[in-house]
Amino acid sequence: MATTERELAELLKLRPTQQLDAFKGVKKLPLEEFFTSGHRTCQGCESALVMKMMVKAAGPRTIVLGSTGCMYVANTTYYSTSWVVPWMHTQLGSSGSAGLGTAAGLKALMRKGKMKDEPINVIAFCGDGGGADMGLSAISATLTHPDYNLLILMYDNESYANTDIQLSGSTPYGANTTFSTPGKVKRIMHHRWKKNMAGMMAAGHPTCRFVGTVCMSFPVLAMNAVRKALSIGGPTFIHSLDPCPKGWDYDPIQSHELGELAVTSGIWPLYEVEDGVLKLIGKTRDIADGRLKRTPARDYLLRQGRFAHFTDDDFDYFQSKVDEMWQRWLIPGVIPFRKQIDGDHPPA
Amino acid sequence: MPEAVVARKGQDPAVPPTAAEKNIAAKGAGEQTSLITGSEAIAVACKLADVDVITAYPIRPYDTVMQYVAKLVSNGELDCEYIVAESEHSQFEIVKHASAVGARVFCGSSGVGWMYAFEALTVTPALRIPMVAMVGNRALDDPGAFGVEHNDALAVRDLGWQLIWVDNAQEALDTALIAYRVAEDRRVFLPCAISCDGAFLTHSQALVKIPSAEKVKAFLPPYDRGDLQLHPDNPITVAPQVNEDWLMEIRRQNAAAMDRSSTVIREAYADFERIFGRHYGNPFFEEYQTDDADVVLVGMGTLSNPVRVAIRQMRQEGKKVGFVRLRWFRPFAAEELAATLGRFRAVGVIDRDFSLGSPYRSGVLATEVRAAMYPAAKRPPVLGFICGLGGREVTVPGVRKMTESVYLAAEGKTQPGTQWIGLRE
Repeated sequence: MATTERELAELLKLRPTQQLDAFKGVKKLPLEEFFTSGHRTCQGCESALVMKMMVKAAGPRTIVLGSTGCMYVANTTYYSTSWVVPWMHTQLGSSGSAGLGTAAGLKALMRKGKMKDEPINVIAFCGDGGGADMGLSAISATLTHPDYNLLILMYDNESYANTDIQLSGSTPYGANTTFSTPGKVKRIMHHRWKKNMAGMMAAGHPTCRFVGTVCMSFPVLAMNAVRKALSIGGPTFIHSLDPCPKGWDYDPIQSHELGELAVTSGIWPLYEVEDGVLKLIGKTRDIADGRLKRTPARDYLLRQGRFAHFTDDDFDYFQSKVDEMWQRWLIPGVIPFRKQIDGDHPPA
Repeated sequence: MPEAVVARKGQDPAVPPTAAEKNIAAKGAGEQTSLITGSEAIAVACKLADVDVITAYPIRPYDTVMQYVAKLVSNGELDCEYIVAESEHSQFEIVKHASAVGARVFCGSSGVGWMYAFEALTVTPALRIPMVAMVGNRALDDPGAFGVEHNDALAVRDLGWQLIWVDNAQEALDTALIAYRVAEDRRVFLPCAISCDGAFLTHSQALVKIPSAEKVKAFLPPYDRGDLQLHPDNPITVAPQVNEDWLMEIRRQNAAAMDRSSTVIREAYADFERIFGRHYGNPFFEEYQTDDADVVLVGMGTLSNPVRVAIRQMRQEGKKVGFVRLRWFRPFAAEELAATLGRFRAVGVIDRDFSLGSPYRSGVLATEVRAAMYPAAKRPPVLGFICGLGGREVTVPGVRKMTESVYLAAEGKTQPGTQWIGLRE
């Protein structure tokens, strides 16, 4: 028996979401804060900014679940929580499950008349360790459940930054971390290329209606991604790249600039996949359309102490991998498939 | 966390039944008898308790409960969010969070599946989440074995889980209702795991009286998470970083909740008897032919069946043997059990589990029974027996062999602290 869209909607009993329209510029942002004083993140911490802007975009009728990581440990010291909205810790690998369970609990209670029926945003966040490593399986599973409204936001500072800067599956090639310290014999201890989380989530979960990449150097774009992800319905995923002064080893004043360089170098493409349609965003779009020339990866890497051991060969290798993303991937910067021969097109 | 005690109507066993309750009891309204397995009995209890969120993940033998739940959901008999998770860890995390927003939840697992969820199992009581779970007791393979062993459920014994072993399908159903009542009592707010021996109970059918929804409603109030509910109208921060500043105080609060659980369990059983008319006597352990017994055996779960048969045989031969079946392992009714066991000349504790390197190399239950008896005025010898591992049958001759040893101990003859029974040498 074929299932029509209407029948599917009835089957899923999907609850309405809050309709959060895009902000039309920094000056139009609300003044009210839902992530306030009380946290003890490092100076220049971009992830703290992600928390602040994420929940400002979501508004007061929101529940936030936070898996273990910097944004748990630094933000929720007992008796000095920085969260104005309800917040609950979840286990390191559980952001997907926490979002799903919270959304399912609310849905059941509202559907059965045990709780006032209203759209409540559910956001579960995780770091790159909690998301790209340990929590991958639960996030993936959650993105296949079309019947629950929630957003999983992965703030990626490219290491287990809270536990002492250990490498994660999201740490860039060659970076110096406390688990990959360059030595006398081995200069490069970390040979793995960073996982392509957003691409993986978008390509691997065809019913997931929204996947986006953001960077808080472009805050309005990022907040509007959050608003769209919460409004569109079903489970959604956002991957944020967050420069980290402690883990990346640079002066905290440079956080914003580093985020910009990550984007202009093409290392961190900004895009959204909405209902299967890919849209490149901001400067990434300018690069793709030829309006902006990619800045050298070296300019980005040289500013960070974690790449201080890089030789010219290392920089060249890194640059070649970035070039590959843009010149050889079937969908540049997004999906790392290549054509077998020129003129070979993916099936229509 | 606030520790306000919320008194609810009907929790005091001294309170006489109301007219409405008497009316329901008299009618036996809508009660029916069905031939169902232990697993199905618990699925039926979920329906009766109007559970809101249930998560499933396959592992034998517990997973039959979820197969029944799936049928109840697809037939429209149970209205819940039914989620098939991608691992046991997620399975338990999902319901943990659903419970935090105020949903009544059910979950379960077996053997290494339960162990895969262990991180979630540790935080569930710590967060005062009144989850009810079924453990279909199973060996912790490797080496592979589907059969019953109690080590899976016992692994959480230190963490704040209330643990109960049942030995028949009727008790499984009744206990699931009692578990919700106790776990969700504001004085407790701790999870409860119902242990059902794999195959012997999960897959064995028996005639079960299924109570009416009306009676269940009279017995089980709605889950009210109160000021611990995670909701925009109650913007709390749950499970912050407390470190050495507060961790001990919070652990102590949880310990106090476990202490209160004993009282709440007694109240719940008293109400259960009044409303459903089924009597369980002492909630914590059941005594079988102990009145005039010289020696007793102690055990948990379905090994009660061969033990009872063996006792009837031995009684015909003039041996006065009794049996104490422990139901609640947590909270452990230490003083009461010690006082009871002190009446006998010797005690043999049957463990369907192992605890390698433990004192006297005994199983978990024997070690706990010895610990419970140490301060008692009368301390008969306590022997430990390990048997029935991996689903191996506990046989009548095996029980007789244990009893012989217990008799020798009663006569003052030194016996090994622990013996493995039914072992191929």
